[in-house]
Amino acid sequence: MSNFFEKSDISRSEAENIISDTLQKCDDGELYIENSKSESILLDDNKIKNSSYNSDLGFGFRAISDEVVAYSHSNEISKNSLKQSSENLKSTLKSVKGTYNHEIPKSNKKYYENINPIEQKSLNEKIKILNEVNNYLRSKDDNIKQVTANFLGEQKSVEIIRSGGETLTDVRPLIRFNVSVMLEKNGRKETGVYGVGGRQSYDSYLKDDNWKSVCDEALRIASVNLESKPAPAGEMKVVLGPGWPAILIHEAVGHGLEGDFNRKKTSAFHNLMGQKVASEGVTIVDDGTIDNRRGSLTIDDEGTPTEKTVLIENGILKNFMQDRLNARLMKTKSTGSGRRENYRHIVLPRMRNTMMLSGNQTQDEMIKSVDKGIFAVSFGGGQVDITSGKFVFNCTEAYEIVNGKIGSPIKGATLIGDGPSILKEVSMVGNDMMMDPGIGTCGKAGQGVPVGVAQPSILINKMTVGGTKL
Amino acid sequence: MVKDQEFLEKKASYCLGLAKKLGATESSVIVNNSVSETVNFRNKKLDESNRSDDLGISITTYIGKKKSSISSSNLIDDNLNILIEKCVETTKNTPEDEFNSLPDKDLLAKEVKDLNLYDDTHIENDQKIDYLKKLESAASNDKKIVNTESSFTQNKSNFILANSGGFCAGYKTSSFTASSVTVAKDEKSMERDYEYSSKCFLKDLDDAEELGKQAADQTIKKLSPKKIGSEKIAIIFDKRIAKGMLSTFASAISSSAISRGTSFLKDKVNQKIFSDTINVLDKPDILKGLGSRNFDSEGVKTDTLKLVEQGILKHYLIDTYNGKKLNLKSNGRCGGTSNLYFENGNISFKDLLNSKSKSLYITETIGHGSNIVTGDYSVGATGFLVENGEFKYPINEITIAGNFKDMFQNITLANDLEFKYVTNSPTMMIEGMVVAGK
Repeated sequence: MSNFFEKSDISRSEAENIISDTLQKCDDGELYIENSKSESILLDDNKIKNSSYNSDLGFGFRAISDEVVAYSHSNEISKNSLKQSSENLKSTLKSVKGTYNHEIPKSNKKYYENINPIEQKSLNEKIKILNEVNNYLRSKDDNIKQVTANFLGEQKSVEIIRSGGETLTDVRPLIRFNVSVMLEKNGRKETGVYGVGGRQSYDSYLKDDNWKSVCDEALRIASVNLESKPAPAGEMKVVLGPGWPAILIHEAVGHGLEGDFNRKKTSAFHNLMGQKVASEGVTIVDDGTIDNRRGSLTIDDEGTPTEKTVLIENGILKNFMQDRLNARLMKTKSTGSGRRENYRHIVLPRMRNTMMLSGNQTQDEMIKSVDKGIFAVSFGGGQVDITSGKFVFNCTEAYEIVNGKIGSPIKGATLIGDGPSILKEVSMVGNDMMMDPGIGTCGKAGQGVPVGVAQPSILINKMTVGGTKL
Repeated sequence: MVKDQEFLEKKASYCLGLAKKLGATESSVIVNNSVSETVNFRNKKLDESNRSDDLGISITTYIGKKKSSISSSNLIDDNLNILIEKCVETTKNTPEDEFNSLPDKDLLAKEVKDLNLYDDTHIENDQKIDYLKKLESAASNDKKIVNTESSFTQNKSNFILANSGGFCAGYKTSSFTASSVTVAKDEKSMERDYEYSSKCFLKDLDDAEELGKQAADQTIKKLSPKKIGSEKIAIIFDKRIAKGMLSTFASAISSSAISRGTSFLKDKVNQKIFSDTINVLDKPDILKGLGSRNFDSEGVKTDTLKLVEQGILKHYLIDTYNGKKLNLKSNGRCGGTSNLYFENGNISFKDLLNSKSKSLYITETIGHGSNIVTGDYSVGATGFLVENGEFKYPINEITIAGNFKDMFQNITLANDLEFKYVTNSPTMMIEGMVVAGK
């Protein structure tokens, strides 16, 4: 157990009393305490530009009565501060008459080690690798005009104290290694970006000069883009490569299947439970239980153990992703999807690792079947309008397909589609499912949380490509 | 209550003193406190209350030309001792960079003017609830509105910026923000839109009913949208989207992008990058301005900059580090622009709508489709088809694309500028962009 109360003027049992007193007639709620340590080391323009360290400590106190959430957070773990938060909560929830739900599932499974990645590798070693990255890349190609490489490391310790004193804890490591390259040739500039990461030590991702393959990939993408032509504009067939392009799934259907939007009936999916929302052969799960993945969690931020939630099974909508609040109001159970960026934020139902499972077809078959279309290999980011269902994502590596063959690379373009109908346009599902390299951050209501995605190659019959060539 | 100047100054000078004792040759520190209280409503009922009390400190230490920084939300001396020791230790192990330094002393702000950025008024949650009740009742008048969410936030902040060169200043700011998000539904579609108001002073905030009604009207207008064909067409950007063009422009002229060579506007100073009639200003001393400030995040004084004059780029946005690298003086833009805006054009909103027989009026864009290295732009968009000055029908599931280099040269601005956001633009028309639809 951590020592959050050690250096404060309040003991754990005093805190427990305040929590129980505040929540006694509420339906749910807890004190969430968090201590995170993070570092960022950045090489840019041939120099170590930044070496910074952050230590963040605070609590968030939440009380829920029926649909109403009262929340108060502070950095000071002290008697005064906790009492003031308690008063704030009580003044919002003036006449509560609920029954506190003590039930919370238990599990002994852990999906990552209790380590602090920052301490496991010295600053000098990290700086040495970043310099090697810079030298390696600049010696590979004379057209390289800029190299940026950085390490981000974090250890987050959380403790959730519920009414009655029940306490749940988790220690979460997370690292990310990123490389960005800019090439300039004949007055034209293009960039390529690649990265890896997850809930393990830096060395798990860097061993055997593995960092070189990250560099090579960033350089390859930049080189491809240097030869790219303007992208076409209009509706056409789209083949998506495996892995990271699954942010299409994340944007197109993932957000729309989060419990809060469906309880409020503001999601385009809210009345489609049990109905066919995707082509046969399309199965999508959201899984928090994959070892060491960026989106994995041993327990969510309400203390519920995570699970593998089937969202769409063979085309049929099966489940939404739920936190405790939305689950209670929709008369179902939490799927362990209650997450928050940190103690400053309320819990929302969020994705973890969202994956479309493999089918039987090959990527070759897909490409061969397309007369005119595009083949999208890598994406920047995406966004969705939950209510209208329209979503976009930006290609960072894509090619035209002409008469069943991959043609020239095309410039970055936005693709737009309609969430509830796009999965019905999936006409082939590949046998090559792949996880993303561990770089995703999902934003919702101003909160960013680490997530993962996975998918096989897929063929979509019709999407609008936002290029400039008519 | 937000922490007073005395408390913040004491913490700041403690940190500077300790850093010096531990071997730092120079150091700077920012201490801030921000207290926010928010009430959220949904469908005319209380949905959430949220109080946040955030403390933060960030310290940068230098040993000669070596530099490192730490930040924390835990201001207890014990913790600061550990962190500053760690920071100085990391500084020793970080390679030198010849351009690292505190700002030149003669550039630092000498006085802190009262820009009218702090309203001492405290609005109780019950009063926020009254405001939101009025707002939501106005927002849900029409039966087509099926969901309303609204929110009211009061924020009070205070900060101190100090460095080992003797600079020490800070001041309080406040903001009051109300917003309304509505969802409308008909047989064919469900759409969402919003409206909001944010001011330094409570009494300047928009009327609750007006805000709710506007959000609802804008949402209902979007129902039953159509998709149009792919074509080249003039695009009119609503003010709330047009300001995004300025934000992209600001990132492209930041001295960091310029010195790294990663901007399509590198080496363009004194060249014509916009159409002749375009002027861009960054004015930090607007009273009650949402982006107003006395100095930048390094303490350098900020004067008004005419960034673009008759289409010609006059300045980059320069901080100390990148300034030294580019051999230019900081113009107080570490941390970005203040109140950035396009000056008004010569044509009324109505005449702008009328200027083409057919155009697209864009009210929302989605996606991260601005590339400041190449200038390429491609985003998803929602809006209306305009024919002969009249809004014909709503449009969605389209993209709009172009390249900023061409887009900037083809801008026409209306004369309807208002200071609603931090960055502001009049309604904007850009010719020659490509719409991708059916």
